[in-house]
Amino acid sequence: MAKPFHSVTLDESKCKGCITCISRCPTGAIRVRNGKAKILSELCIDCGQCIRLCPHRAKKAVFDPFEVTNNFKYKIALPAPSLYGQINNLNDIDYVLTALKMMGFDDIFEVSKAAELISQATRKLMSENKLKKPIISSACPAVVRLIRVRFPELCDNVLPLLSPMETAARMAKDEAEKSTGLDRSDIGVFFISPCPAKVTDTKNPIGFDKSEVDGVLAISDIYPKLIGYMNKIDEPEQLASSGIIGVSWAGSGGEASALLNEKYLAADGIDEVIKVLEEIEDDKLSDLDFIELNACNGGCVGGVLTVENPYVARTRLQRLRKYLPVSKNHLQTDDIHSLDWSDDLEPAQVMKLSDDLETALQMMNEIDKIYNRLPMLDCGSCGAPSCRALAEDIVLGYANENDCVFQLREHIQSLARSISNLEGFIPAPFRETKNQEK
Amino acid sequence: MSLATYRFEVPGDDFTRAGEASGSLKRSLKKIGFDPDIIRRVSIAMYEAEINMVIHANGGVIDVEVSPQKIDIWFRDKGPGIPDIDLAMQEGYSTAPDNVRSLGFGAGMGLPNIKKYTDEMKIDTEIGVGTTVYISVYAK
Repeated sequence: MAKPFHSVTLDESKCKGCITCISRCPTGAIRVRNGKAKILSELCIDCGQCIRLCPHRAKKAVFDPFEVTNNFKYKIALPAPSLYGQINNLNDIDYVLTALKMMGFDDIFEVSKAAELISQATRKLMSENKLKKPIISSACPAVVRLIRVRFPELCDNVLPLLSPMETAARMAKDEAEKSTGLDRSDIGVFFISPCPAKVTDTKNPIGFDKSEVDGVLAISDIYPKLIGYMNKIDEPEQLASSGIIGVSWAGSGGEASALLNEKYLAADGIDEVIKVLEEIEDDKLSDLDFIELNACNGGCVGGVLTVENPYVARTRLQRLRKYLPVSKNHLQTDDIHSLDWSDDLEPAQVMKLSDDLETALQMMNEIDKIYNRLPMLDCGSCGAPSCRALAEDIVLGYANENDCVFQLREHIQSLARSISNLEGFIPAPFRETKNQEK
Repeated sequence: MSLATYRFEVPGDDFTRAGEASGSLKRSLKKIGFDPDIIRRVSIAMYEAEINMVIHANGGVIDVEVSPQKIDIWFRDKGPGIPDIDLAMQEGYSTAPDNVRSLGFGAGMGLPNIKKYTDEMKIDTEIGVGTTVYISVYAK
């Protein structure tokens, strides 16, 4: 199988192998080997946490340059609502959208429009009462991947609906095909993204086969150019067409509050998300209907490809929302299931030690034994995120007990003692011995 | 038959750490690859029993034996003992103090929930000496 695509990658030339990233990775996906961080592909969920933490800026997100738009005759921008929160003193979304057109896009399709339809579809699905509760939002691709890797038993709780980005891409292409008469392959749609997980989500989608998004641009990459164009606008074109519900998706709690049902919880920031998932796993949140989880602090406005502090961005969005109608987009009732996933969410069986329970138990026994010999400092000097992770790596054959500097030091000390004991030892041919004859 | 054994000391003086032992066992059971439903049942039952030890008995010791066939757990405490087990097993009956009720505990569902999620449950208790709760969840 081809190695899956990841947006989060390492710039080897900048990495010092300093171990800052390894202990804070939510899936324990990083090891330091050969003096460089190594991301384990099957564990990485593209949350971008290591990008935030790296003091040498060696972790980076791969996204598309603006030039990819040149491959298409008709280009449509899909701005994420988090983009609107990046701009100071904005009181009309049309300025942002007009500036995007000035940059070279032929048309704009706001992702917040599609978000309003997803909110409606979610309300409908919840009223049908067929889904396993509490339902967990599937909008954050890092969270969906985290569930597959670390909480496989919660896969059935994940909302099986397309993301607003994917919905927007499909609708934008459908509309453009009709309005321009162009072939679908000539129409390019480009998501303006706050995060690397969305890049990964277009290359390796979950829940369906192929994404209709043709490229993902980073908010941080287009921001300077966008501001330049915004300053040149006299009278913006009227383009904005989403309401409070759609724009609110940019911040934590936006998606959940749009369900108009008070039995919900919204958590943001990867560490808090993990705690909530643990609670769902232990049946402690069974009285809730819906759980919104965002890997970044503050929600999408906290993505690593944004430029503004997430809390500042959220406050700006509150101001922007103020004069908007609640929602501007509504699904026809017969379209309700057009946004469903075509595939089930399959658990990623990457945490299991072995497929055979007996073998796995023996391995676990061995891991526990090794772990108890380790210093339990979780210092990271061995290149693994914790003493427990090192013990697992040893049993799985990827590491050696001497990789622990404390263990190594003990072994050297005991070797030195043996050598010093042997130093005074005189072999038989040179020493006086007792008479062997009886 | 291979067996993994675990021992957890549950401190009685720090309520904020209650639930850590069950969390730790859950991580190991996931790695070993038990069925998610088995893990969920063990985690919930163990969490309830662990909380009980902290609320009523000033902590104690938990011993776990994991085999491919079943997961056995013993919760041993030197607490006050349970005067009437039948009453304690009734849903909604609780002797938890107000300070823990304010955290959402003490709904009187601890022991009934442990029974609900396990295949075997046995309580040995002596007033003034302590209580041992044994539970078993079958893996197959």
